[in-house]
Amino acid sequence: MLDTKSNERRLTVARAMAESIAQEMRVDDRVFVMGEDIGDLGGVFGNTRGLVEEFGKDRIRDTPISETAFISAAVGAAMDGMRPVVELMFVDFFGVCFDAIYNLMAKNIYFSGGQSSVPMVLMTSTGGGYSDAGQHSQCLYGSFAHLPGMKVVSPSNAYDAKGLMTAAMRDDSPVIYMYHKGLQGMGWLGTEPGANVNTPESDYTVEIGKAKVLREGTDVTLVGLAMGVHNALKAADNLAEQGVSAEVIDLVSLVPLDRETVINSVAKTGRLIVVDEDYNSYGVSGEIITTVCEHDISKLKAAPKRVTYPDVPIPFARNMEQFCLPNADKIVAAYKDM
Amino acid sequence: MSPTKEQQLWMYENMVVSRRFEESIEKIYMEGKSPAFNMANGPIPGEMHLSNGQEPVAVGVCAHLTKDDIVTATHRPHHQAIAKGVDLKKMAAEIFGKVTGLSGGRGGHMHIFDSNVNFACSGIIAQGCGPACGAALSRKMQNKPGVAVAFLGEGAVNQGAFHEAMNLAAVWKLPVVFVVEDNAWGISVSKADSTAVPRNDVRAAAYGMPGHFIENNDPYAIFEIAGQAIERARAGEGPTLIEIETFRLAGHFMGDAEGYRPEGEKDALFEKDPIPSMRERLLADGVSDAAGLDKIEADALARVEEAIQFARDSEYAPDEDALTSVFAA
Repeated sequence: MLDTKSNERRLTVARAMAESIAQEMRVDDRVFVMGEDIGDLGGVFGNTRGLVEEFGKDRIRDTPISETAFISAAVGAAMDGMRPVVELMFVDFFGVCFDAIYNLMAKNIYFSGGQSSVPMVLMTSTGGGYSDAGQHSQCLYGSFAHLPGMKVVSPSNAYDAKGLMTAAMRDDSPVIYMYHKGLQGMGWLGTEPGANVNTPESDYTVEIGKAKVLREGTDVTLVGLAMGVHNALKAADNLAEQGVSAEVIDLVSLVPLDRETVINSVAKTGRLIVVDEDYNSYGVSGEIITTVCEHDISKLKAAPKRVTYPDVPIPFARNMEQFCLPNADKIVAAYKDM
Repeated sequence: MSPTKEQQLWMYENMVVSRRFEESIEKIYMEGKSPAFNMANGPIPGEMHLSNGQEPVAVGVCAHLTKDDIVTATHRPHHQAIAKGVDLKKMAAEIFGKVTGLSGGRGGHMHIFDSNVNFACSGIIAQGCGPACGAALSRKMQNKPGVAVAFLGEGAVNQGAFHEAMNLAAVWKLPVVFVVEDNAWGISVSKADSTAVPRNDVRAAAYGMPGHFIENNDPYAIFEIAGQAIERARAGEGPTLIEIETFRLAGHFMGDAEGYRPEGEKDALFEKDPIPSMRERLLADGVSDAAGLDKIEADALARVEEAIQFARDSEYAPDEDALTSVFAA
């Protein structure tokens, strides 16, 4: 999946997202984009760059700084036959507008008994590592995935970013599309080069709800998503040098969650480490470990481990933030501790 | 703008249907809930917010709407739903939690959805305002006709969602009408104790839109002002805010002892009950004779009884239905 051949069409995640949206907007008049600074600026994280030039300000619609209004407006528009893509600039901002998300967007299909569909995509940036402190650096994967009624995806690379966005825009249910800032290919944020991969120009979808085995191995299963995948791949390289064969799984989607791929992998390796930049407790890491334990605990040769963000607000100072963030060394250390 | 004879009779009919419906629900709600009141018991469990007294708002506004127009309603939605043309039998069944209900029992009385007439609810205060803007935006972008009306209570005007939606509707010049039902009470807190201005129509100025205040729960005045606002929206001239003084003749919810209401307040409101007073006016204006109105009332009661019987006779959904319709089919 993480193709690095130099002759191929490598895109950044930001460009892949914008390309997907543009292609879908060309064939589906119902698709439009709303959010803060997604027009002339092209999105703070580059994922709507070029769209306003092609589609104009009506369909690429800069909004007031008013998340409750425009996210709940997207719900109303989606129920009326449109297919809005809205942006919550930083996932941390969900605190000002969560009713629109979890009480309206996520519940109107159910409360209507399936009469209505809510075909909308809420894209939002996640992740830290660049000293933006605790109101602009969180992941909050577990907070969204916990609540029923919305699909939740998070790509680790440009290929998946494009295919997931296309799949999300074609889904009749709401999809939370969480993109990690450190994977966007925005130089000013610092970026993970492994996210820029071969991305076909033609449109395609990546299935929502299907995990990917990015690297096969026999001794330990490393499970992650978004930035966690890259940390896991680096850890797997490091472990390989020490003669340990690690399998790396990219969850790609949290809701629906592909439990089977994780279960099958751990059945083979007998060891599980979950890598998650979200807070340690009550989150994705706990869900993955529980999935394996509930299915067949006897497959585990050692107690599972998690490499996660500690249960503290994210600090500003570089040294303190880096101390808290998951990284490849912590994954290797976790393996050695098993 | 005055209602035609047909519109007046339609308004009266829907007010009576709504009142008979609420009276029926009120009675059935208490089944199984005495001597000890337990909200979880009886054929209609859960919270129950009745709209007795607020019927003029619903009919005065909805008289101008077609089924293609959009209404977002509140936790107290029955009168609005009836006036918008929501299927009465299916709504009754939903309130009973039956499989034949609008949502198969998943929503209940605070979450009435009927996509056939573009009617949706939120049980959370002021949260219908944004979706109304979105539906209006959808029509505007698709060049399709349609106005969205967001109903809310006077207690909802201090929510951010209301102000954010007012701004969005104004800055994008959307065909939306915000209708504030001022029944004077946000559960137990009076308007005077919660809101910095005595009338919320003044808040329209902050968003550069027209604001109107209508006194005394008058269906004719509501018809007139709402008609102007909806006409304005249809003409592409943007949103309007209307606050309507109306009467909450019941408690906030059933079981509410209403100890917070001043003595005599409710009696005075019953004296001004809008249904008898509209009947008197229809007779005085010669819109109908007594026999004509009697027939409207009898037909309304029959419609309600049929809907309630349908709800009673219907089955509950299989338990496992709880696990379906989370995502679109």
